[in-house]
Amino acid sequence: MANPEPLNVSDLQRQFPALDQQVHGHRLVYLDSAATTQKPQSVLEAVDSVYRKDCANVHRGVHTLSERATARYEEVRKIATRFLGTEDSQEIVFTRGVTESMNLLANTLSGLVGGFKEGDEVLITELEHHANIVPWQLLSQSTGIRVKVLPCDDACELVLDDLDKLVTEKTRIVSVGHVSNAIGTMNDIDRIFSAARGVGAITILDAAQSAPHMDISPKKIDCDFLTFSGHKTYGPTGAGILWGKRELLDQMPPWQGGGDMIRTVSFEESTYAETPWKFEAGTPDIAAVIGLGAALEFLDSTGRPSVEAHEAELLRMIESHLMEMEGVQIVGKPATRACCVSFTLDGIHPHDAATIMDQNGVAIRAGHHCAMPLMKRLGLPATIRASVGVHNDQSDVEALIQSIQAVREIFA
Amino acid sequence: MSSMRELYQEMIIDHSRSPRNHGKLQSANLEARGNNPLCGDEIDMQVLRSEDGVLSEIGFEATACAICTASASILTETLKGKAENEARGIFESFHSTVTGESSAAYPPELMKLEVFTGVKDYPSRVKCATLPWHTLMQALEEKSEEASTE
Repeated sequence: MANPEPLNVSDLQRQFPALDQQVHGHRLVYLDSAATTQKPQSVLEAVDSVYRKDCANVHRGVHTLSERATARYEEVRKIATRFLGTEDSQEIVFTRGVTESMNLLANTLSGLVGGFKEGDEVLITELEHHANIVPWQLLSQSTGIRVKVLPCDDACELVLDDLDKLVTEKTRIVSVGHVSNAIGTMNDIDRIFSAARGVGAITILDAAQSAPHMDISPKKIDCDFLTFSGHKTYGPTGAGILWGKRELLDQMPPWQGGGDMIRTVSFEESTYAETPWKFEAGTPDIAAVIGLGAALEFLDSTGRPSVEAHEAELLRMIESHLMEMEGVQIVGKPATRACCVSFTLDGIHPHDAATIMDQNGVAIRAGHHCAMPLMKRLGLPATIRASVGVHNDQSDVEALIQSIQAVREIFA
Repeated sequence: MSSMRELYQEMIIDHSRSPRNHGKLQSANLEARGNNPLCGDEIDMQVLRSEDGVLSEIGFEATACAICTASASILTETLKGKAENEARGIFESFHSTVTGESSAAYPPELMKLEVFTGVKDYPSRVKCATLPWHTLMQALEEKSEEASTE
């Protein structure tokens, strides 16, 4: 493959108004995109214009504002379809984000497979975010389905040799994160999902930490469902995407009842709207969805192969600096890394480090990253995580390293 | 960086590295566990309360940041040998100082607690300083549920 166009990072930086500020007297160095990304001007303008000009409910009024709001809202399904490289925009369900998507699936997949029975299994991995753990535990409590876990090794790579043992006739669902939010491991999804397909299991990709960084087309990654959060993809909080194969979505029952998801309602019985509207009960976060459309266009116009190459270089830079520093332990050594680098400092708790780094203008995340089972496996209460976005550059990496040195001076 | 030196004063660094009264107190008759679910700090506190209500021994074990560990360590030094009622009063004044509710100076015998005053400027870290104290109170109340900063 030809090298992608290099990103014009200084131009991109100018598109993020929030980056143009000082924190404790230092230039803001934002290395917490895995928690939420900053928002480009085009997204801010899209959201602002909804409330300034097109503020109306969708799918209801015949008045001009409602027509405009509905058209802009529905247009985002087409944008998301282009973003995913798929064809049918009715395969795009708007949710609040990955957490809600997972809960939707956990609540409706039973209808797809004719009900779960005691002894059925859902397979997740040791690298998962709580959003891909807890909904399945809730499902387990209500149906008796068992949650099985594909382990990871000390490098934080999934132990794929265990697939043969863990993917069996009992496996009904395989739900896996594409990229680990805590470590940055990029998982061999093809191998995991091909094992899942071998036993007829439903495949779900949590693309929360890959959608902002790379091409995640279901044409390339064969799966039944895929979900990502808008706010980690340069969009507003409150909107995300669940993509699913049309024939599967069509067979699934609605999960939340209310306005907008119905066709007719009487006190005896209601009939439901078709896919995807039957999954969207109540007034949605219209502005957030429209903002998400602007965010996906922003990412598409930036060019995801270029984003991927640029960020991979930044992560390599961070990793090699950290490896040169004494008293720094990088957590995990994945063969392919995206999104972030996680590390610890000898004798210094990540929260103390985070406070001091913030004092130097450097925003990173310290904590368990909503992956407590993984932290337990690693024997760590917390790590420091530096995650990258399109606007980061070498000077950010240098600021990160200097802020770590400042931490070490305080604790010297 | 001067504000960071103020937050991470030498006494805090020292107590976090060499916490006093660290290790499980075998003779304890009261104990409680505290945790901060947001950051994962965990602390176990044990107390030997004598029949006349004096906290004659206090011990703790913690997996926590420097501020939390130092706070636990200084707590044990400050409250050991104090009557329970007096300890509760000290908890109140410590709590209102680190949360910024009160700017009253500590009496001379409690001046050590002064090193945590800077914490009030870091809202996300206030809980680190108060967790050991809440946990101790939980032990004194003989409550079985974990103390939490939430």
